[in-house]
Amino acid sequence: LAPWVPVVGLEIHAQISSNSKLFSGSQVQFAAPPNSLVSFFDASLPGTLPVLNRRCVEAAVMTGLALNCSINKKSLFDRKHYFYADLPAGYQITQQRVPIAVNGSLSYSLCIDNKMSQMVTKTVRIKQIQLEQDSGKSLHDDTRSQTLVDLNRAGVGLMEVVMEPDLCCGEEAAAAVRELQLILQTLGSSQAVMAEGQLRVDANVSVHHPGEPYGVRTEVKNINSIRFLAKAVDYEIQRQIEELENGGTILNETRAFDSKLGCTVPMRDKEGKQDYRFMPEPNLPPLILYDAKSLPANMNHQQVINIDWIHERLPDLPSVRREKLVEQYGILPEHSFTLLNEDGLAEFFENVVKQTQMKPKKVIGWILQDLLSYLKQHSLTVKESPVSPVLLADLLSLLEKKEISSTAAKQVLAELWKGDGRTPLEIVKEQKLQLLEDQNELEQICQAVIDRQENE
Amino acid sequence: QKVSVEVLDHLEQLALVDFRDAEGVERLQKAVQFADQLHEVNTDGVEPMDSVLEDRCLYLREDDVTEGNCTKELLENAKEKVEEYFVAPPGNIPLPKLGERETFLQGS
Repeated sequence: LAPWVPVVGLEIHAQISSNSKLFSGSQVQFAAPPNSLVSFFDASLPGTLPVLNRRCVEAAVMTGLALNCSINKKSLFDRKHYFYADLPAGYQITQQRVPIAVNGSLSYSLCIDNKMSQMVTKTVRIKQIQLEQDSGKSLHDDTRSQTLVDLNRAGVGLMEVVMEPDLCCGEEAAAAVRELQLILQTLGSSQAVMAEGQLRVDANVSVHHPGEPYGVRTEVKNINSIRFLAKAVDYEIQRQIEELENGGTILNETRAFDSKLGCTVPMRDKEGKQDYRFMPEPNLPPLILYDAKSLPANMNHQQVINIDWIHERLPDLPSVRREKLVEQYGILPEHSFTLLNEDGLAEFFENVVKQTQMKPKKVIGWILQDLLSYLKQHSLTVKESPVSPVLLADLLSLLEKKEISSTAAKQVLAELWKGDGRTPLEIVKEQKLQLLEDQNELEQICQAVIDRQENE
Repeated sequence: QKVSVEVLDHLEQLALVDFRDAEGVERLQKAVQFADQLHEVNTDGVEPMDSVLEDRCLYLREDDVTEGNCTKELLENAKEKVEEYFVAPPGNIPLPKLGERETFLQGS
């Protein structure tokens, strides 16, 4: 049997973190009374026009720069037409011809064979990043055979990140998206919380034999978490392989991932090939961006976006932060991954290191094994930890100064976890966990034990 | 050069346009012919203009919340509503296929 080569290409929609929408002044907010965050433009009432939000452009430029893209100094807006109840205008304003950023790359890391100790770095090419409008939300009421439409989300700014089909499996897809998520959160251009729909991923999947042309691809939608992304991609790869090995064919269709059943199913409303009849958006001139060299002298600076100015102010990206953690604290690269993977854990670690005598190389073990496993067991985030950095720092100092044993330290940590306000020192005294080094005192205790034995 | 029935059917499905009669189709064909005159101009090496606004400045708005909170007004136009939601059919209702709908194109 000839081997199969799976090909996976991702299209990621990240909601831009901004106060107002891409082309209108209505508010961007997750949970709000239906249709309360909707302007006349969002509802597509006649006579309204789009007005571009500066913050959204900056977010897209930041993201493009962080993903090593070329920023197009001139980009254009287009209309993509299709009918759906949550798209009141009958078209979405997007950037199909000339998007704001092109030709970038995203580096991510994978563990080989599930062992954290062997990590390999891979790269996926970014085809382009485009600005576009989000649609409203449809709530399907099957009992009454109707759809309820809430336009609060209609018009919210999105960055669509289109990747080249360089990925080959669910694990790679998950790792790449996770890294993108961390980058977006570090930049602040998107909060990228998948559960709140701020990061949506569609996967294009096909399989072929080496040396042969690419196979027919399917598009998989409705993926709600990074874990499900890996499952959906792997399931679809398997499904296609089995179908083809049984002599069947793959339809160029859109499928939805059913998380309960763990499989992909054809999507009803997306039958037949879509023809979006792209046309230039007639109400928006080209978007012009500047850099230090091309900066116009006499323009109102509020109307000018300077790519170099934004570049200079980019924060350290996750990969840089990891390198710095490894270099500064002497921890292992895989440790730095775990530190950045949990929101707030890196800060927690650095706070403890600052306030304790224990060396960072030893502190990291307590953070990644003891603290993190407690948090995971109780489903708590780092922010919700009943043990604060200063308490842990005090405890580790006691251990470092050999005032308590390592076993005793674990016991104290268990007590600290109760979060009743006692300090490590108080717990140690209370439970008499101090290491005794006084020779006489030790002799007295041993003698007392021997005496008790003799009396029984 | 006539526009084929397939294309006309495709347009009716996509855009929900009703060409209605021979005159409607003829009007479309004349419009295409009119636009085709553009091919007579040699545009080698010339950047296409797709908007007369191309030299205008695209105005950038500050990221302030200035609109919204007009649920009542928006819902005034809704034929049906349920608790401040617009009501729509359960999904797109596709235009019936060429053989099954009343259209002038059938006979062509």
